[in-house]
Amino acid sequence: MDVVVSQVFTGLSIGSILLLAAIGLALTFGQMGVINMAHGEFIMAGGYTAFVVQGLFDNAGVGLLLSIPVAFLVGGLLGVVLEMTLLRRMYHRPLDTLLVTYGVSLILQQLAKNIFGTQGKSVRTPTWLQGPLELFGFDFPKTRVFVLVLAVVTVVGLSVALKTTSLGRRIRATVQNRQLAECSGISSRATDRLTFFLGSGLAGIAGVALTQLSPVNSSVGQSYIINAFLIVVVGGIGQIKGAVIAAFVLGIGQAALEKIYDASLARIIVFVAIVAFLQLRPQGIFNVRTRSLA
Amino acid sequence: MKALTSSRFSAFIPFLVAAAVLFVLAPAVLSDFRLNLLARYLCFAIVAVGIGLAWGSGGMLTLGQGVFFGLGAYAMGLHMKLDDAGPGRAPDYMPPTTDFLPGWVEMFRSGIVTIVAIALLPALVALVLGLATFKRKVRGAYFAILSQALAAAFALLIIVLGSQSGNYTNGTNGLNNFRSFFGYDLDDPANQKMLFFIAAGFLLVMVAIARQLRNSRYGELLRACQSSEERVRFLGYDPANVKVVAYVIAAAMAGIGGALFVPVVGIITPLDVGVAPSIAMLIGVAIGGRGTLWGPVLGAIGVAWAQSTLSEQFPAFWTYIQGALFIVVIAFLPGGIAGVGAAIRNARGRWDDRRRGRTDPPAANPVETVKHDVGSMA
Repeated sequence: MDVVVSQVFTGLSIGSILLLAAIGLALTFGQMGVINMAHGEFIMAGGYTAFVVQGLFDNAGVGLLLSIPVAFLVGGLLGVVLEMTLLRRMYHRPLDTLLVTYGVSLILQQLAKNIFGTQGKSVRTPTWLQGPLELFGFDFPKTRVFVLVLAVVTVVGLSVALKTTSLGRRIRATVQNRQLAECSGISSRATDRLTFFLGSGLAGIAGVALTQLSPVNSSVGQSYIINAFLIVVVGGIGQIKGAVIAAFVLGIGQAALEKIYDASLARIIVFVAIVAFLQLRPQGIFNVRTRSLA
Repeated sequence: MKALTSSRFSAFIPFLVAAAVLFVLAPAVLSDFRLNLLARYLCFAIVAVGIGLAWGSGGMLTLGQGVFFGLGAYAMGLHMKLDDAGPGRAPDYMPPTTDFLPGWVEMFRSGIVTIVAIALLPALVALVLGLATFKRKVRGAYFAILSQALAAAFALLIIVLGSQSGNYTNGTNGLNNFRSFFGYDLDDPANQKMLFFIAAGFLLVMVAIARQLRNSRYGELLRACQSSEERVRFLGYDPANVKVVAYVIAAAMAGIGGALFVPVVGIITPLDVGVAPSIAMLIGVAIGGRGTLWGPVLGAIGVAWAQSTLSEQFPAFWTYIQGALFIVVIAFLPGGIAGVGAAIRNARGRWDDRRRGRTDPPAANPVETVKHDVGSMA
């Protein structure tokens, strides 16, 4: 029983980071149909931001909390720059955006290597996150609880914002039917830019979260991006609830399989399972009917 | 009739030039070392021909060609290791006590089985994944992501097969230290030269196959799938079948390229078959011109050459160059170098129009033109 609970919990925390990584991707992917391979490097940038911000403070707790909004800004600005310089021109060639942003991701990785070195940089854990949290007679590592809480707060905040604010309504309208949205006076250009800011900013937050589980290095984005994409595919594009379910199922599945087999085999099984799942539901768990990708 | 024969002949001219360069000029002017390097580039060019077919003609962005390359390479590598070890004995990287090998390893002891497997294994994997995705109308971005995930899973599988209960693939170290290639000593420069000619011959055959396919009715269907799958369906064809054929052929070509890579280079590791090399295989194709017959070949050779000259001395520099190439070529030169002429003509046309005081070409914006005409009449 202990093992089951701790594995499910580990799975939930893996799922939380995957969710933070995928939710921004689902947003930007759903918005313009572009595939941002550099999204993983925005996660990396968030992680390094946490490292840099914490270097400015003696108190690890203040550093960590402050790095969340800063990383959001850093990731968001990177996304806006990418959208303005490259993606905007390639709106009608979604497949090509994948390769262009892969080029961007190569450059960002090498840049990170040159600035921060190849060694992983660890971010200190504040005292209030050290040790276990006792709940219902079980011990949960506080860092993993933090990651879980951060993911839940972020995703709930995002879905409330998408439902209630006018920006959220504009984003949803553009995702569902760009032309109709434009007809009703929404500037899809401006919406695209804001969506990219939001989605990429979420990648920055994911970066901060993962510093509490492992050190940041230049290849951290690569190790998350494929799983994040798979979650978006399984969840159905532009769908928050789909991404949430897919991320947690994938996280728990991975944690469970890792307990039985080893980590590599677990990933292979997860991949095969996803291809099999797409045989049943090619559109993902949820789908928006009006959208189709080239 | 005369025109037909001369155009038939002119189609052969590039082949004749390529054959002359590969079989006469290159061996005459290049040292053994350089010739071996060129043979390595030719292996990637063979993969590129397949990518040109699947991506350039069929519009399938295959981000997992490393899988098929790796299947061919590991089939060949296992065969060479087993052959070096001698009948009934295990390869040198396995513990000497290993006296029982599973059937799937043992079958690569046979040269004929290996040669068949090199093309057949990748083709089968491509067939399964292709049918699983295209038949369910999973396409475009989704197919790209799945093929990429396949590459990640495959690289892991190779590592798992080298670390679990039996060390079959030598894990992250990969297969290396080969002594012979179907009985021919690999240290002998004459045999290395032979390998170069084999690679060159295969490349020409693959290009010829690609040309026949492109110019056939099938080629037209494939390009039609790229522009509109729905219309192909309305014509009574199943676009899934059309695409699967190109994907399977591209996979087989990648397998052959991988199989030749192993004796030429002398090592194959999981690092050569994962996500990053799979995507890197696309850049040469993009630069040369994905939609053309020879563009992918020349682009792949050029990029492989640039990489081996630049990356050994300045690895960081090469990564920046590679990233910049992806950005510049894909975003601004989607036709590749083959499309430069058209791009310049286009830009020139726009420039001329602007000088004549027209901001937009008339055909592109009829509304503007009408307004202009009304204005001049008034």
